[in-house]
Amino acid sequence: MGNFDPKIIAFCCDQSGYPAADMAGSLRLKLPKNVEIVRVPCGGRIETLYLLKALERGADGVMLFICYEENCQFLRGNLRAKGRLSYAHRMLEKIGLEKERIEICYLATNSGVKMAEALQRKSEELRKLGPNPCGEKI
Amino acid sequence: MIKAEQKPIDEILKYLSPYNKILLSGCGACVTVCHAGGEKEVGLLSSALRMARRKIGRPIEIFEATPSRQCEPEFATELTETIERVEAVVSIACGVGVQTLVRHFPKTPVFPGVNTTFLGETVSHGVWEERCQACGNCVLEKTGGICPISRCAKQLLNGPCGGSSKGKCEIKKEADCAWQLIYDRLKALGQLHKMEEIIPAKRWGVESRDGGLRRIVREDLKI
Repeated sequence: MGNFDPKIIAFCCDQSGYPAADMAGSLRLKLPKNVEIVRVPCGGRIETLYLLKALERGADGVMLFICYEENCQFLRGNLRAKGRLSYAHRMLEKIGLEKERIEICYLATNSGVKMAEALQRKSEELRKLGPNPCGEKI
Repeated sequence: MIKAEQKPIDEILKYLSPYNKILLSGCGACVTVCHAGGEKEVGLLSSALRMARRKIGRPIEIFEATPSRQCEPEFATELTETIERVEAVVSIACGVGVQTLVRHFPKTPVFPGVNTTFLGETVSHGVWEERCQACGNCVLEKTGGICPISRCAKQLLNGPCGGSSKGKCEIKKEADCAWQLIYDRLKALGQLHKMEEIIPAKRWGVESRDGGLRRIVREDLKI
């Protein structure tokens, strides 16, 4: 669909996503060019509004890097994130935007490789979907 | 509290098609509790509407507000300055909130963004059930606190009907039979004798909703 570098907002929780991002950096793993990391204390802090606002403000895709189910230090934060993602997907479907633009990736502290691979895969997928037609031009 | 559900977005977009500058107004009371029209939902719906309009090349400017209670004049009139700047208002408060804005801002179109559904209870997170239909003459003392108007599909005052089976309603199979619940509750309270008292028919056209617009006036509270 194009040669553009999809803008991805990656919400990373302190217990899994952020250390994984740190590990990816230490290992000098290749990440897509246009990734912005937003650190959160827990996946449960990610509001549905953040997901929609990211797309409204011009991001092409959003990834949530949070703990596996049953591994949340705050017990149900990742389940709350999952519910909010599902609500965001329903809203995207209603406005005619592809729900694949927002995705959850469950991982652990030592998942630097998994994170890098997930971001590369998402970047390719977004390249095929094309730029976000609903976002502000950034 | 009043429960509501958001209208489909394409219906709201249809209402808004002639307009480019609107106010989206929520309410900090009932619709916040049922996650249909509170501050979060104002943000979400505004974001979705902006993206939907940008997609078709017709961007829309949306002001956002969430008065504490949209049905009270003091809070509704706080929106005056904003409403003067817009072409229309979408209210995701209940029907009362919409009509309060209409009364105070007669020159501005006000559209509903939710369907007001029922008066209900929060059963658990994300689950709300009807409990009251504002019939105007509460009989809960006679029925152990279980409402036969809202919870019995036939609104029987001296039930159960012949269709009650294994504690379930014949009209809505997944619903508990209200009169089974009444029986169980009165039995637990040692008040089964109350089921032997006949509850007279409601005066629907006089003390209830079929007699036209209802009104309460408290002279002692008028300022």
